[in-house]
Amino acid sequence: MNVVVCVKQIPDPVAPGALDPGTNTLNRSGKLIMDDSDNYGVEMALQLAGGEGDEVTLVSMAPGGETSGLRTGLAMGAAKAILISDEALAGSDALGTAKVLAAAIARANPDLIVMATESTDGYTGTLPVQVAELMGLPSVTFAKAISIEGSTIKVERQTEAGFDEVVCPMPAVVTVTAGVVEPRYPSFKGIMAAKSKPVENLTVADLGLDASQVGSAGSGQEITDVSESEARGSGEIVVDEGDGAQRVVAFLEQLKVI
Amino acid sequence: MDFSLNESEHELVALCRDFAQKEIAPRAPLAWEEARCPTDLLREMGELGLLGMLIPEEWGGIGMSTIGFVAAMEQIGLADQSVAAAWQAHSTIGSLPLYLFGNDVQRERWLRPLAEGSVLGAFGLTEPDAGSDARGIRTRAASRDGGWLINGRKTFISNAGTDMSFGVTLLARIETAEGETPKFATLVVEKDTPGFTVGPKMLGIGWRGLDTRDLYLDDVWVPDDHLVGDPNLGLTQFLRTLEVGRISIAALSLSLTQAVLDMATAYALQRVQFGQPISKFQAVQFKLADIATELEAARWLTYRAAYLRDTGQPFHKEAAMAKLKASRVATWAASEAVQIHGGVGYMLETPVARFYCDSKVLEIGEGTNEIQHLVIARALGC
Ligand SMILES: Cc1cc2nc3c(=O)[nH]c(=O)nc-3n(C[C@H](O)[C@H](O)[C@H](O)COP(=O)(O)OP(=O)(O)OC[C@H]3O[C@@H](n4cnc5c(N)ncnc54)[C@H](O)[C@@H]3O)c2cc1C
Repeated sequence: MNVVVCVKQIPDPVAPGALDPGTNTLNRSGKLIMDDSDNYGVEMALQLAGGEGDEVTLVSMAPGGETSGLRTGLAMGAAKAILISDEALAGSDALGTAKVLAAAIARANPDLIVMATESTDGYTGTLPVQVAELMGLPSVTFAKAISIEGSTIKVERQTEAGFDEVVCPMPAVVTVTAGVVEPRYPSFKGIMAAKSKPVENLTVADLGLDASQVGSAGSGQEITDVSESEARGSGEIVVDEGDGAQRVVAFLEQLKVI
Repeated sequence: MDFSLNESEHELVALCRDFAQKEIAPRAPLAWEEARCPTDLLREMGELGLLGMLIPEEWGGIGMSTIGFVAAMEQIGLADQSVAAAWQAHSTIGSLPLYLFGNDVQRERWLRPLAEGSVLGAFGLTEPDAGSDARGIRTRAASRDGGWLINGRKTFISNAGTDMSFGVTLLARIETAEGETPKFATLVVEKDTPGFTVGPKMLGIGWRGLDTRDLYLDDVWVPDDHLVGDPNLGLTQFLRTLEVGRISIAALSLSLTQAVLDMATAYALQRVQFGQPISKFQAVQFKLADIATELEAARWLTYRAAYLRDTGQPFHKEAAMAKLKASRVATWAASEAVQIHGGVGYMLETPVARFYCDSKVLEIGEGTNEIQHLVIARALGC
């Protein structure tokens, strides 16, 4: 089985982030790391494609030929990666990114495509279904468990009340919720081996796309303004005068959380 | 002399830092409190390849340099000294005799699982009547029925009694004729061998997460293929292994000193007395500056000893110097760091107190500091 995992390489959330004052988009010029939410997708894919002849391929679109984040996924056990890096891609919106990823994924001819439900820097959460739509594939979102049964997959899809069981033909796009599997640490040998695993570098032209379809040129959105979010007010302080516990319970009841 | 780390050493350090901060630091203190060896953490380290540090890939290890091992220790020991102690004992004295002196069949049988991290290795030298005086051991191995009959007792042996332990590589005296110079053999005793029993886990001032026990050998018989290396050179083999162990204890000492320096500095910056942070008082500043300076001095000695080993040069004296200096710095620094914390530093729920407890053994294990003095003095020609 051939599984593709889309991996976003993002600025390290621990480092202070900055917006590009010209475009109001996130400055991605520093070192990028693998988005933590993609850890779960990579782990899920490695668990599903653990048999003989199975293979996990990572696909990422990132500026400046960045591979640091991809190396993390390769160290965990993915076999190879496809990186799309092109100046023409700067300023891409979700749909533009989806076009690029869909074209790159198609080259790997996968049985299954795994993505995170949303990235931790952009949070649009729209990319996976756009990719599925562009590729003409079914999509199942918020998976907490995936099992393969012949040429179909059975997905436990998280809902507010519990989970739905969804059966879907392959190939398909599945999004994986953060926290549903325990991502492995890359071993030392894995880290060293990842350095020589193949990463195919592609440009927009390699994918047969036109530069006008992607990047800021093809973007249907523009960030016109960014404003500071309102500072949160301080919470209610309950001074315990022997009835602290009851008052906290009453407060929570009033919020209808208990 | 270049002690800067190469690419694979850098990667190892990054991996150890990540694992130490995310897994060891939050989980190990409870094991210390419960005086339990956290083999769950050691198993996970094994899966990452960290239990085969100094063993070549051919035998299941990662073939790391001694410098890389020291640098990795600086990360592991920062998080917890007991885990670091178990890890280093396994990596050096617990595994190296089999690698350095074993034959290929023995390496395949015992070294590979040690290096791949599925089992934990132990080294049995010390006895109730023979510590510093290793030549004085009384455990005897007699040649019997195509094997060796072992009788005796070992004490303070680390890593031999956990649920992950494979047994022990031990040193025993061989029967010799009256007046003949004593001979020693290195023998492997696997954990389920009849007559081999381990005592209860001992409780020390520190290193409470380390499994240290007495071992009893009552008519333990092992076949000839359990003899490692030259049956006449067992003592030399053991002492050679200890030389690497000394670099390792020096590295462990560096990590402890760095840990208490970090804690004391952070505390001094936030603790306010007389209307200002105590870091503003020169008496406190000078303590911190002294610790930082001594740490750096000890660090250079330790990396130099590691460098000498990596470049195939004699490192016997330098390893003893590194261990002597770094362990002294560590016990002194731990005491000063507790002092900077005041009363709170004395309380066991404060991490600096745990590191203080862990520090003393660094001056005792793998050759007391008096023995390091002897080694150095002998190298000077005394
Ligand atoms: C936590 C812990 C873990 C250990 N793990 C292991 C292990 O895994 N395997 C193992 O084999 N051993 C282990 N040991 C034993 C350790 O190596 C010995 O405790 C150490 O070598 C000292 O021996 P001793 O305790 O018998 O002290 P002794 O040798 O009795 O020394 C007592 C004192 O006399 C001093 N002294 C002795 N001889 C001289 C001399 N010639 N000149 C000056 N001073 C001298 C010593 O320095 C010391 O201060 C461990 C010990 C501890 C505490």
